[in-house]
Amino acid sequence: MKIVVCVKQVPDTQKVQVDPETGVLIRQGIDTKMNPYDLYALETAFRIKEKTQAEIYVITMGPDSAKAVLYESMALGADDAWLMSDRRFAGADVLATSFTLAQGIKTMGHVDLILCGKQTTDGDTAQVGPAIGEVLKIPHVSWVRKLIDADEKGITVLQEMMDSVAEVRLNYPCLLTVEKGIFEPGLPSYLKMKEAKKKDIHLLTMDDCECRDIRRYGLSGSPTQVEKIFEPSYDLESVRLEGTSEENASALYDKLLELKVFEGGKKHGTIGN
Amino acid sequence: MKPYKKVDEKDLEVLRSFVSEDRIFVNDDIHPDYSHDEMMIYGKRKPEVVIQIKNAQEAAKIMKYASEKNIAVTPRGAGTGLCGGCVPLEGGIVVNTSLMNHILEIDPDTMSVTLEPGVLLMEVQEAVKNAGFLYAPDPGEKSATVGGNVMTNAGGMRAVKYGVTRDYVRGMQVVTPEGEILELGGKVAKNSSGYSLLHLMIGSEGTLGIVTRITMKILPSPKKMTSLLIPFDSLSAALKTVPEIMKLPDVATTIEFMEKEVLDDAQEYLGKEFPNRNYPAYLIVSYSGNSQAQIESMLDRASETAMKNKALDVFLSDTEERQEAIWNARGAFLEAIKNSTTEMDECDVVLNLDKVVEFVEYTRECSKKYHVRIRSFGHAGDGNLHVYICKDDMDDATWTRVVHEVMDGFYAKARELNGQVSGEHGIGHAKKKYLEESVGETQIQLMRKIKQVFDPRFILNPGKIVD
Repeated sequence: MKIVVCVKQVPDTQKVQVDPETGVLIRQGIDTKMNPYDLYALETAFRIKEKTQAEIYVITMGPDSAKAVLYESMALGADDAWLMSDRRFAGADVLATSFTLAQGIKTMGHVDLILCGKQTTDGDTAQVGPAIGEVLKIPHVSWVRKLIDADEKGITVLQEMMDSVAEVRLNYPCLLTVEKGIFEPGLPSYLKMKEAKKKDIHLLTMDDCECRDIRRYGLSGSPTQVEKIFEPSYDLESVRLEGTSEENASALYDKLLELKVFEGGKKHGTIGN
Repeated sequence: MKPYKKVDEKDLEVLRSFVSEDRIFVNDDIHPDYSHDEMMIYGKRKPEVVIQIKNAQEAAKIMKYASEKNIAVTPRGAGTGLCGGCVPLEGGIVVNTSLMNHILEIDPDTMSVTLEPGVLLMEVQEAVKNAGFLYAPDPGEKSATVGGNVMTNAGGMRAVKYGVTRDYVRGMQVVTPEGEILELGGKVAKNSSGYSLLHLMIGSEGTLGIVTRITMKILPSPKKMTSLLIPFDSLSAALKTVPEIMKLPDVATTIEFMEKEVLDDAQEYLGKEFPNRNYPAYLIVSYSGNSQAQIESMLDRASETAMKNKALDVFLSDTEERQEAIWNARGAFLEAIKNSTTEMDECDVVLNLDKVVEFVEYTRECSKKYHVRIRSFGHAGDGNLHVYICKDDMDDATWTRVVHEVMDGFYAKARELNGQVSGEHGIGHAKKKYLEESVGETQIQLMRKIKQVFDPRFILNPGKIVD
């Protein structure tokens, strides 16, 4: 069995900084790290490996410096790594990025399962994962928050939706994007990093891809027109409860249930009586 | 002096003239928390009155009056102590400083922060961080007050590199048991001016005075902090590696040890997995520095040393998310163990670095001999262990016998190894017997005389450290 995990190098900062003149994300001079959501995708792959003996491959698109996240993936437990690096890939939007990554995955032969983080912390679109599934014409499920079962044939997961959760069974090949917290990600291992540094990372350019139509890659393959990039604003909703302790406890319980802090419990009896 | 005068209506009337009525609590208005600290095993006693003070003048008036009337006074911060230090053993007045919770000044020119004693550790750490500096002391209990930290000389995780709370106190305003207001030290960076009353006050557990203002040293903030999580197949193997890591040219910020069983308790308590959790024992070693290259060379040296000393691997915690996963679990150990059992007792001995293994092995022997669950974790880099004896489902009579015998054994062993009774939690009233056994009659007499000079009637926090 073969699992591919898509990873991305992102700026190591809580706050995305935007150049006020050009509206472009400032990446220079900022430390980088693996997109935190990808760590959950990797950990999910490792847990499936425990059950199925799968081989785990990682792939990323980016400049040479993006090798760092591939080595880190191998230090976490991935078996092999691919870097898609080509000037012709530069300036890619969601469509071109997902097309390019799908092309890269195709070079690996038969793949059973593709895992992505729900989103990245720089682009925040949460679209690349599902779009890869569309390009490859395989079933895909986003916002997976729990792995229920995985075997040689398929996978059963819990999908988080706005006001409900769905238990979904998919046969391979398929693609999942996973939520933060699905598993606690492990830490990179010194021993595995030493082994990884001895390995070569597979390099892919457009010339290695099945499709060599330049119009599908990079800037020319990107129909998205970015009007403006800005920092997302975080609105903290604040609820003030006013009433007796019993009323407040009951209202708080309902609110926590609404926010899905805990799952579909039922109120037993009447609080306060 | 015993017997202390009970607080009566007349006294209350006088006390109400010192502070506004809404800050004086009596009878059923006294919250039960005021009768104990975090260790219920060390007993409870309800005070006759609780007063929330707002300034030194109020404390001075209360002390002057209490001194005249021979009323016992127990100062209290957040009540997070672990030796019964804030339990009002003689009833009387509890003076609570938690409303004195203002950070008065962060002064970059003298690299100091001046604050009231009721400011919580987490608040000062955050405020100093936001100002671009480091408040170096890092005791585990973040909801403790800084006043409490100073009065117990709290240590914490970063003591290996940065030292303990004492090393950061530059000045204090203190109210004496007789109601005088003293200004000890100041903002100055060093001080060799006579006996250091300042340092006598630090770690005095509220037996010599009530602290009403503190000035602490702050440091430039290192740009990066990275930790290594190092698994071993036994705790002994982990602890034997500590001196080797200490010998390296880079001073680690933190060296902690922990075992799988405590991690399991923490996972259960937090409802959150710990990364790479399936090893019997771990060290966490942290380094701080100002560039990636500098940190990497530190990490390389430490990793190689660990591998040469039977580490099974070395895991890198280099991002905020990873640090949180490790340190949130580490920070929850005490509560997690507490949560895992019905009652517990604790020992906070500090040992020479090369004796820690022997002591831990002794605790294991005790666990087997007495059929009692014993958990430990602690600050491997400064030889300070926290060992917990858990009651679980043991019957009360057996528990009382076992806990005394095991504790007596622990402190006897620590003495034999030239260790000290407390690394950072203090003596309170719970560890007085062990202090006496450890330091001997002459030192106890000296301490008693010091206490007498400050507090001739023994009214301030009576029954703590020395009688």
